[in-house]
Amino acid sequence: MNVLPTPVLLAVDWWALGAVLALSAGILLLLLLEFFPAQARSNRSAIVALLTLAAAGWSVFHVRDAKREIFGGMFVHDGFTVFFTLLFCAAGALAVLLSWDYVKRTRINQAEYYALLLSATAGMIIMAASNDLITIFLGLELMSLALYVLVGFQRHHLESNEAALKYFLLGAFASGFLLYGIALLYGATGTTGLGQMAAVMIDSPMLGNPLFLLGGLLLIIGFGFKVSAVPFHMWTPDAYEGAPTSITAFMSVGAKAAGFAALLRVLMRAMGDVQADWIPILSGLAILTMTVGNITALLQNNLKRMLAYSSIAHAGYVLIAVVAGGRDGAASALFYLAIYAVMNLGAFGVLTLLGREREERVLISDLAGLGFRHPALGIALTLFMISLGGIPPTAGFMAKVYVFSAALNAGLVPLVIIGVLNSVVAIFYYLRVTVALYMEEPQGEPVYVSWATPGVIALIASVVLTLWWGIQANGLLAAAQRSVLGLL
Amino acid sequence: MIPLSWALILSAVVFVIGVIGVLIRRNAIVIFMSIELMLNAANLVFVAFSQHLRSIDGQVFVFFVMTVAAAEVAVGLAIIVNLFRLRETVMVDEVNLLKG
Amino acid sequence: MREYLPVLMFLAVAIAFAAGTIGLSSIIVPRRSNARKMSAYECGVEPVGNARARFSVKFYLVAVLFILFDIEAVFLYPWAVTFRQLGLVGLIEMMVFIVILLIGYLYLLKKRALEWD
Repeated sequence: MNVLPTPVLLAVDWWALGAVLALSAGILLLLLLEFFPAQARSNRSAIVALLTLAAAGWSVFHVRDAKREIFGGMFVHDGFTVFFTLLFCAAGALAVLLSWDYVKRTRINQAEYYALLLSATAGMIIMAASNDLITIFLGLELMSLALYVLVGFQRHHLESNEAALKYFLLGAFASGFLLYGIALLYGATGTTGLGQMAAVMIDSPMLGNPLFLLGGLLLIIGFGFKVSAVPFHMWTPDAYEGAPTSITAFMSVGAKAAGFAALLRVLMRAMGDVQADWIPILSGLAILTMTVGNITALLQNNLKRMLAYSSIAHAGYVLIAVVAGGRDGAASALFYLAIYAVMNLGAFGVLTLLGREREERVLISDLAGLGFRHPALGIALTLFMISLGGIPPTAGFMAKVYVFSAALNAGLVPLVIIGVLNSVVAIFYYLRVTVALYMEEPQGEPVYVSWATPGVIALIASVVLTLWWGIQANGLLAAAQRSVLGLL
Repeated sequence: MIPLSWALILSAVVFVIGVIGVLIRRNAIVIFMSIELMLNAANLVFVAFSQHLRSIDGQVFVFFVMTVAAAEVAVGLAIIVNLFRLRETVMVDEVNLLKG
Repeated sequence: MREYLPVLMFLAVAIAFAAGTIGLSSIIVPRRSNARKMSAYECGVEPVGNARARFSVKFYLVAVLFILFDIEAVFLYPWAVTFRQLGLVGLIEMMVFIVILLIGYLYLLKKRALEWD
């Protein structure tokens, strides 16, 4: 009988695991606090969630320069993990602030809501930090299961329930593909560890191995669903439209970034030797995703649906960065995801303020005249739209510039041309929102704005970051470039 | 000793039955059962390769997949039961409020 | 082959016992048949209606909660088998696992998810 080695965790490992530990503790605390009933409009759960996210982010930030492999190499702590952990904690914190008033207004059970939000964040962090297909799958499921419930949280609303059903069925379907892909990869290489997989491939090249190819293809399909790449995007608009708006904001940012984090790590750590196999597939996906996303977005009247298609299109731009690969490509993907997170959370954040109890106003025509009645809100929304459209001097412009230049350096001229053409198309539907804000007369009762301090704080933070990174993006770019060093 | 290829063929058949079930059936519960078939096909691959490669990893993976599948059942059935309470149907083609 | 002898003996005794009791009862039991006895279940309840009747959704809730906590056993078995090798660390990890589940259980007790009415 061989004696299993006792895992030895150094102090730095505990700090590195701190994010997941803090989130788990926070989830349990939220549930236990329910034994002491609070008033209906209590802020207790939201405050606990915020503190938990802050503790999680701080813990990882504390050991940001360390590089450790924990649990036999399944969980790695490196620059990549730190970058995404901080991104998810920040997105989670912004989502909590945006939810603050929204969940009270729509009478959502707060403790469960925030506990699920933290679970989803923990799942995302595990996905980004995993160096093994088992843990990637577990993180992905932790995130997805929490999001399925959150999407259907307003369970007396037909729309919310329908969104949850569609998201769940297609998400579980995608998990099936992903899992089968992992199983085949395990069969082809004899391991689920990404590092070991790369080592196996040096000894016995996998290029052209049918088991390996099919496994990789299924894996890409599975991740394609999660990042909502065309043609695996069907669930996105329905799930985004039916979900509580604060959750739409969170999942459109977090789930996508987590999917790309796992995809990047798998491709760069384990699949570097078979680039020739996956580059054409991902290039095709990128072209389809951008084009279909942007053109369909043109036809939407519902702002939530329009932003859903816009988020699909943005997944296409990030795919270009993934295809470009290497240090610059991966760094520009991280850079893009961080900026996308801020501007998309901001855009959905404006929507969470519109409407009142049991009433949501999310049609583009609802915005008519809003820019004059609430100038601050109008300017904020305009800024987010300009940034999403990639017009200077906003962060969205910088993000696109770096992605396209990384792709040009990698020699992907056709992809860049299609990307730029798409960006031009996209400007039309983003500007349509601005036109509604300032140039249309409101029809019927003008939309009610539920001002709430936490939501306003989140919006101000998003506005400041969108502007700041539009002018001074070097810091973020340097951070992204440092973060991907561990992958190469 | 059962050859590896038999297990792989069986699992491929089960997986494809699952995929076809998801694509052509309209009852949410049946779709859901088809998805479970897909997961179990993957489990079969794991166990078969675990035996073939003499590595325990595959079997460990199956444990986690079973747990995840149980959690998925809980969430999925809750959503479907809620759907039935709201609409008195579990046919996915009758669930079509969201479009555009 | 000697080590299989107890198994064989056990098998023989089991078959003999089963065959003996069934055989004996078929010889000495009186046979008085009636309609009630010939029905599908003779536990005294008249089976009425279609078996595809709709069940109360409460069964579903209990069943799902059962599955969630039942799956815990999947992880307890391998741990129990390697209990000695895993030592104190394994025990602590398992305790953490069970405490997390326990908190979930307490929460659903608090939410009265297990009360029938």
